[in-house]
Amino acid sequence: MKLLPSPRRVLSTYVILYVAILYFPVLLLPVFSFNDSATPMLPLAGFTLKWYQGLSGNAAMLGAAWNSLIVGVSAAFLSTVLGICAARAITRHRFRGLGAASSLIMAPLILPEIIIAISLLVVLLGLGLELSLVTVILGHLLICVPYSVTVLVSGFEGFDPSMEEASRDLGETAFGTLRRVTLPMLAPSIVSSLLVTFTISLDEFILAFFLSGTEPTLPVYIWGQLRFAAKLPNVLALGSILIAASLVLLTAAELFRRRAERKMELRP
Amino acid sequence: MTASPMIEIRNVDKSFGNFKALDTLNATIGEGEFFSLLGPSGCGKTTLLRMIGGFDTPSSGEILIGGRSMDGIPPNLRPTNMVFQSYAIFPHLNVSENIAYGLKRLKLGREEEEKRVREALVQVELSGLGPRMGNQLSGGQRQRVALARALVMRPKVLLLDEPLSALDKNLRAQMQVELRHLQRQIGITFILVTHDQYEALSMSDRIAVMFSGQIAQIADPKEIYQNPATRQVADFLGGMNFLTSSQLAIDGRHFNAVLPGIGEISGHLAGKEISDPSSAIIGIRPERLRIVWEGETAEHLVTARVVDRNYFGEVTSLVVGVEGQAGHLSIVETNDFGADDIPVGSDITITYDGDAFIIMQG
Repeated sequence: MKLLPSPRRVLSTYVILYVAILYFPVLLLPVFSFNDSATPMLPLAGFTLKWYQGLSGNAAMLGAAWNSLIVGVSAAFLSTVLGICAARAITRHRFRGLGAASSLIMAPLILPEIIIAISLLVVLLGLGLELSLVTVILGHLLICVPYSVTVLVSGFEGFDPSMEEASRDLGETAFGTLRRVTLPMLAPSIVSSLLVTFTISLDEFILAFFLSGTEPTLPVYIWGQLRFAAKLPNVLALGSILIAASLVLLTAAELFRRRAERKMELRP
Repeated sequence: MTASPMIEIRNVDKSFGNFKALDTLNATIGEGEFFSLLGPSGCGKTTLLRMIGGFDTPSSGEILIGGRSMDGIPPNLRPTNMVFQSYAIFPHLNVSENIAYGLKRLKLGREEEEKRVREALVQVELSGLGPRMGNQLSGGQRQRVALARALVMRPKVLLLDEPLSALDKNLRAQMQVELRHLQRQIGITFILVTHDQYEALSMSDRIAVMFSGQIAQIADPKEIYQNPATRQVADFLGGMNFLTSSQLAIDGRHFNAVLPGIGEISGHLAGKEISDPSSAIIGIRPERLRIVWEGETAEHLVTARVVDRNYFGEVTSLVVGVEGQAGHLSIVETNDFGADDIPVGSDITITYDGDAFIIMQG
């Protein structure tokens, strides 16, 4: 008989516990959103859809969801466009300050978000700009671009620069090459970038809270609702929908990326 | 050179910081010529090819194509097309779409475009593969697609950047023959970059041998092999025995010398200039040395001791020591008479072709 469990067993137990603790609270959210009780407590009282039904007539919430959609789509689009430019410069050109430029692009990932939020607020107000969805989009752009650049740099690295040269060689202009070779080849990375940044923007709270003024995004709206205990089950229902939507989006992004990657794959 | 010049390379330099990638290159390449740039990796041959295609710019000097300076002219406006080393087949397009890629801009109309694509597919023997995607092709097929895609543009000059290096040996030999045929058939200038001396020798009308950014010699394959200008060229183009000599004297177009252990020899310079006779060196190709078998007679007998023996199937390479010669000599013999059975350590008698000695700049 062995006294100690094998290291393999210890490690797998650790992994199972780790994943369980990480995701258990998230799993509770949908469970309680279907629970026929105003307080999220065990034992479960019974199945209901009324918290979801309660959402549909809620104009303030729908307005916030619409705001989030506008911000998310704009931030995702702009961030991906900027990301394509930056990633191309980083992977295809050698220039003075390359290292500094790419570090600065990545910096918002490690800066505390609240610091970024306050600094932006000070600057925007100092410029005399009014807080609106536009300012939220600008803020989100700052934290979305690093993700876009990361995804797109690996996209650019994944295809042979001589593809673009071949296009030029065959008589195509620089812009035509972008349209007919670079963008189609990058399509998987572009879709990944759009979906990832949309998801980030959709979930983002701190910047939106500071910069949204009178037009709350969904996370800001949810935070506001938490003050009312009676609204908590509605918030749980809304949260569950957000989780489901994020999962669907990210899964779609990954599936699309893999499929396109297989298609692009050339035997060496 | 018989044909009129298609490409003129005039004093082309390329520096990266202090590093001189190309150093004052001059060459003229004729219309319809199969011209090879041969050299080890890093010698600048690909950089020169990319400059002709417009993907790199000279630091100074200029390149003319068809008499026109290519200064500031981008690749899409040059009368050249390139077969890239990686082939660069567009993976999101099928074979026909790849070949039609450049034609789209010419707005030929659908019928003419389809006709040209069909002809190109026939030309490279890929008929019927039009709808295939790039990742469903073998290496050899991708190479043909790259070739068809470039030729369909009807360039004046086709640039080939080590196009055969990714193929296995048999396919490479077959493609060498096909490329040569294709070039004769369509009659345009081909410029081939390669590090494979046999490829360059078998395919080219003329070869430029390059080392560290400089052209060491430009000549036809036979001249390059039989009469290399420098020691480096000789070494790169197959084996060469470099010989210890004394009393080396150059007299007009002739030279003579005493080779310790071998004897007094002479030869001629052919078209070559030896700028510095004191550093000149004499050599002989391994296949111009022969074993003298028992019962045979020959002039110029030399005694040698076998130091090493390498079997290559149809031939055997013997490494022998000759008293008086500092370096070992190598002999290549066919195996008909048993060269593959000569024991290492034994003494043999060898002879040489009296006209086979070459003088080179050291």
